[in-house]
Amino acid sequence: MMGFISNLTRGVSLAFLAGSLAAAAPAERIVSVGGSVTEIVYALGEGHRLVARDSTSSYPPQAEALPNVGYARALSPEGVLSVDPDLIIASSGAGPLETLEVLKQANVAYSEVPEVYSADGVIQKIETIAEALGAGDKARALLDGIKHDLKAAQKDAAQRAGDTPVRVLFILSTQGGRIMAGGRDTAADGIIRMAGGINAVDSFDGYKPMTDEAVSATAPDVILAMDRGGDHGVAMEQLASLPALIPTPAAQNGRLVRMDGLSLLGFGPRTPETIQTLSRAFYEGHSK
Amino acid sequence: MSLAADTHQGSADPARGGSTGAPVDRRHQARRLTLVLAALLLVTSVTSLTFGAAGTSVWSALGDLVAGRELSQLDRIILFDIRLPRLCLGILVGAALAVSGVVMQGLFRNPLADPGIVGVSAGAGLAAITAIVLGSLLPAALRDTLGTGLVPVAAFFGGWGSTLILYRTATRGGQTSVATMLLAGIALGALAGALSGILVYMADDNQLRDLTFWGMGSLAGATWTKVLAALPVIGLALCAAPFLARGLNGLALGEAAAGHIGIPVQRVKNISIMAVAGATGAAVAVSGGIGFIGIVVPHLLRLSTGPDHHPLLPNAALLGATLLLAADMIARVIIAPAELPIGIVTAVLGAPVFLWILLKRRAGLGL
Repeated sequence: MMGFISNLTRGVSLAFLAGSLAAAAPAERIVSVGGSVTEIVYALGEGHRLVARDSTSSYPPQAEALPNVGYARALSPEGVLSVDPDLIIASSGAGPLETLEVLKQANVAYSEVPEVYSADGVIQKIETIAEALGAGDKARALLDGIKHDLKAAQKDAAQRAGDTPVRVLFILSTQGGRIMAGGRDTAADGIIRMAGGINAVDSFDGYKPMTDEAVSATAPDVILAMDRGGDHGVAMEQLASLPALIPTPAAQNGRLVRMDGLSLLGFGPRTPETIQTLSRAFYEGHSK
Repeated sequence: MSLAADTHQGSADPARGGSTGAPVDRRHQARRLTLVLAALLLVTSVTSLTFGAAGTSVWSALGDLVAGRELSQLDRIILFDIRLPRLCLGILVGAALAVSGVVMQGLFRNPLADPGIVGVSAGAGLAAITAIVLGSLLPAALRDTLGTGLVPVAAFFGGWGSTLILYRTATRGGQTSVATMLLAGIALGALAGALSGILVYMADDNQLRDLTFWGMGSLAGATWTKVLAALPVIGLALCAAPFLARGLNGLALGEAAAGHIGIPVQRVKNISIMAVAGATGAAVAVSGGIGFIGIVVPHLLRLSTGPDHHPLLPNAALLGATLLLAADMIARVIIAPAELPIGIVTAVLGAPVFLWILLKRRAGLGL
């Protein structure tokens, strides 16, 4: 018991020491937790410093070659320590807390990246990660580019939308014909807004199953969903045949937009491109 | 209901598990089995300290310590703050679940009974879900004091609370009706399930993920604090269990018969229910939902030593601990550096074993 307590205090003091050391000697063995975090590390040209990633980090493809420490909210302390990291960069919400406490004891520096679904959120993420990596110069170039692209993309999107923004229904899944839709305060809500659309669902927060009648009542012009492989045509037919969707303008005009989940909802370096692609899909098809 | 009773035929005093002829051999056999199981637990414990995602070896660490060398900080943390508390927690939880299973099956005279029947799991599950989803509504001061302990503490008291409700419901005039408890347990389980459903609906994405993982169980969050919190409760229940053996043997004949041969039936029920609520409540609180240990272990042991609870209770503690440690080793190593929830491992291994036992014993059970 005494040993445990002294270990604890030693661990804490060492963690402080490590914090001050990290500023001097940049970390060289980094674990990245969170799909967009990994993307940003690679975008900053620092991918070679990663030694492991979590299960949501699937882009860029070379990230998938790294050891996988599991799901971001169910990290195992020994699993993470086994890759001998000196820095963990994780999106907020990584855990569990028990694991984070052990990692702190083991004097592994930890950097938490805030998750905000807006243009500023993307910038803030990149700034936080660049600071943790000590990659100031490279970050400035990337940040300038992304700030510019984000602004341009949002401007283009707003222009395309004009005075008649489309109503977009984000469908997370249709398990057993029941539609799980994206409400307020979700990544889907954020990206729809940035791409010049209106989230058709504004009656609840988060992703929730909706009753058929409520889905019909949202009357979306476009349905947005994540891409799960090359099955576009079939999936649209399936979606359009759901009773809840039949009366909606989206189903009647066959307007379904699908995109890879991480680039759609990741809020990372690819977000400007995502906004452009989405807004084009929202409006260029619309005018036809 | 009294499926276990018929296997007692030919034994002079069923409450003592028999005292003449063949049962003596059986008792020797049971004692040998206890030694074998204890040795097995020891081997599994050492193995479990040796293997893990990290390359740290308990042998080289011992060598370093003997030679008077200081362990590296990483090795020290992996051995003393990760693997050792996890080992202790695994032993406690495995023993608690297996012994609870034996006691429940004895008390309800039903080979399918598990601690879920006294409402522990339903109550603990509901309380854990409530803590995960609504924990943020608590006053900040209380939340900070409990920290990571919020969910375990809630689960433990939730389990206890629901057992108490069931016990009260089923007790009239100092007599607890086991049948009422069984039925009320189903009703309470359904209610807890419905309330959990409401909370699941309210949960956000992260909370949903947490709920899912909690339900699959894990020893990954093992800390010394959890070990020290679970130790007194599970320890007390495990110490009380051997004293229940004679009573549970008697109950196998039916409550009336047990009363006639001098078993204090109501006291056996009280102690059994409290021990199971405590042990399972604490186990679920620190490790989430881990299935099949409570069912498979007692049945495996009955295959070799029969229904006598005297060897069954201590052997179940040993085998339960061993199996849970083995399952945990698989969970830790198979997809390292990530890890599987242990409930998946116990279910994948436990369900087929249970089926096999069922087929093997079908004749004996009269199924």
